[in-house]
Amino acid sequence: MMNDCRKSFVNTLIELAKKDKDIFAVTTDARGSVTLVDFVNELPDQFVECGIAEQDAVGISAGLTNGGKKVFCCGPACFYVARSLEQVKVDMAYSNIPVKIFGVSGGVAYGALGATHHSLHDIAVLRAFPGMSIFLPSDGRLTSRLTRILVDNPHPAYVRVGRGAVNDVYEDDSFEFSIGKANTVHEGDDLTIVGTGETVWHALQAAIELEKKGIRVRVLDFSCIKPFDAEAIHKAARETGKIITVEEHSRFGGLGALVTEELSESPVPVRILGIPEENAVHGTSAEIYDYYGLNAAGIVNSAIDFLKK
Amino acid sequence: MEAKELNLISEKNRLRLIGIIYKSGAGHTGGDLSCLNLLTVLYHHVMNINKDNLKDPDRDRFILSKGHCVESFFVTLESKGILPTEVLDTYGQFNSPLAGHPTNNVPGIEVNTGALGHGLSIGVGMAIAAKRSGRSYRTFVVMGDGEQEEGSIYEASMAGSHYHLDNLVAVIDRNMLQISGNTEDVIGIDDVRSRWEAFGWQVLEMNGDNVADIMRVIDSIDYYSGKPHLVISHTTKGKGISFMEGVAKWHHGVPTAEQYEQAVREISSRIKTLEEA
Repeated sequence: MMNDCRKSFVNTLIELAKKDKDIFAVTTDARGSVTLVDFVNELPDQFVECGIAEQDAVGISAGLTNGGKKVFCCGPACFYVARSLEQVKVDMAYSNIPVKIFGVSGGVAYGALGATHHSLHDIAVLRAFPGMSIFLPSDGRLTSRLTRILVDNPHPAYVRVGRGAVNDVYEDDSFEFSIGKANTVHEGDDLTIVGTGETVWHALQAAIELEKKGIRVRVLDFSCIKPFDAEAIHKAARETGKIITVEEHSRFGGLGALVTEELSESPVPVRILGIPEENAVHGTSAEIYDYYGLNAAGIVNSAIDFLKK
Repeated sequence: MEAKELNLISEKNRLRLIGIIYKSGAGHTGGDLSCLNLLTVLYHHVMNINKDNLKDPDRDRFILSKGHCVESFFVTLESKGILPTEVLDTYGQFNSPLAGHPTNNVPGIEVNTGALGHGLSIGVGMAIAAKRSGRSYRTFVVMGDGEQEEGSIYEASMAGSHYHLDNLVAVIDRNMLQISGNTEDVIGIDDVRSRWEAFGWQVLEMNGDNVADIMRVIDSIDYYSGKPHLVISHTTKGKGISFMEGVAKWHHGVPTAEQYEQAVREISSRIKTLEEA
């Protein structure tokens, strides 16, 4: 099955906001992109349109929060982590004001629109802000669960999802999820593949494919990037010896960097799959994944090659 | 409170201000002095804020968007009994809870500022929250005139008029100087008045060096006008210390021992006159 993380978020937010009048959605002429239209129509008094003004939207969100509101500031991820980065740093992180940025169409989801619309640096910059939580939920169900958790969470946070429907990692609601914990979504001890956001599903498909070849792969879902589950990484290093990280992000400063930094005093071989030092090629999101080897086929090839070394 | 009493508080705050700057060896002295009268009037005459209501959802909100003038904020909070004297005495010391810009770990400070151009957007959010919640509090934002060069302010000004935020008051401390010199030589911002009127704000002007005129103008604000309010506060940078007045180098200048003594003499003389009057 497939679900759109944006719609999972909005449907959950509407459900919660109908019961709690302090829940607010803020956006930047992006109610369509975020799929917020139903929220706007059903809960107009809990919605604030800022126009195309991300700096203002983050500041307004901080002010609304000071006034007792629980604010999700929504729009394209690329703009919130570039144009309004100083507002995220000062008005949210430094001030410890618990605005939640909900960034849509993140990573390379906008595909051929080009690097203006890609957010391949968000983990790298936001992880250096003290107190800032970072989430790249892996599927629709997890996005919904995360939304419920974040509503009353007292810290600033950034959530990045893609655009359109994504494959389910979790087929029902029985899964566990908590902030600061990675989920093991496939067991194995020959190799660990660590994913975040949409790459988790591709890692899972790769693990299923590799199993047919007799290679048993552990797959870790790092939907929560920060706080970082260091214990899961050390355990994987001890028990599987090698780690591949897969992220829809620059190879530098993201998930792969977090894993290697964590293991720097007791290193194991780590291969980092992500976007290299170039502006991503023009194509659909799926084509870009394929080109950089971030889909299941690419991960399988990397795993076989990596295990030979 | 009467203008005479407020004048006395403001002069005492001025004396404390120059004392902490001299002792710590740091401060944005010129801009501190130009907005000090305004802060005194806001905290001691206008705003519903005191040491016992800092968590009250209906307290008035204040943002010092020109956050570098934090020393004026600190001495004003101390004069209201909100910031303890023993805490302010640590200003400039290693590991003091007080930074060189406002931080909300300090009692009475709502939000961290210091990166210019942020405060008005936050104020807009506070004012919208009040409107949507049916709360009576008002929001006051103090900006610098050099700060008007930050583009984000105009995003906030659009939102302020779009949402008819008549519970929002923004003040520009128009002391005509920024760090490099006269604002009009650095990058011209005049005509401030027509600019803000064009953005749909009700614009008022006052002599920010004069406590009575600040009271007259702020007291005249109509919080049901349907428009946000922009007050141009015409001031003198370095106000109240003769050799600092109107001199750009005092933007963040710290007095020598001799200059400090002269400043203390000037301010103390005015305090004595006010106390005897």
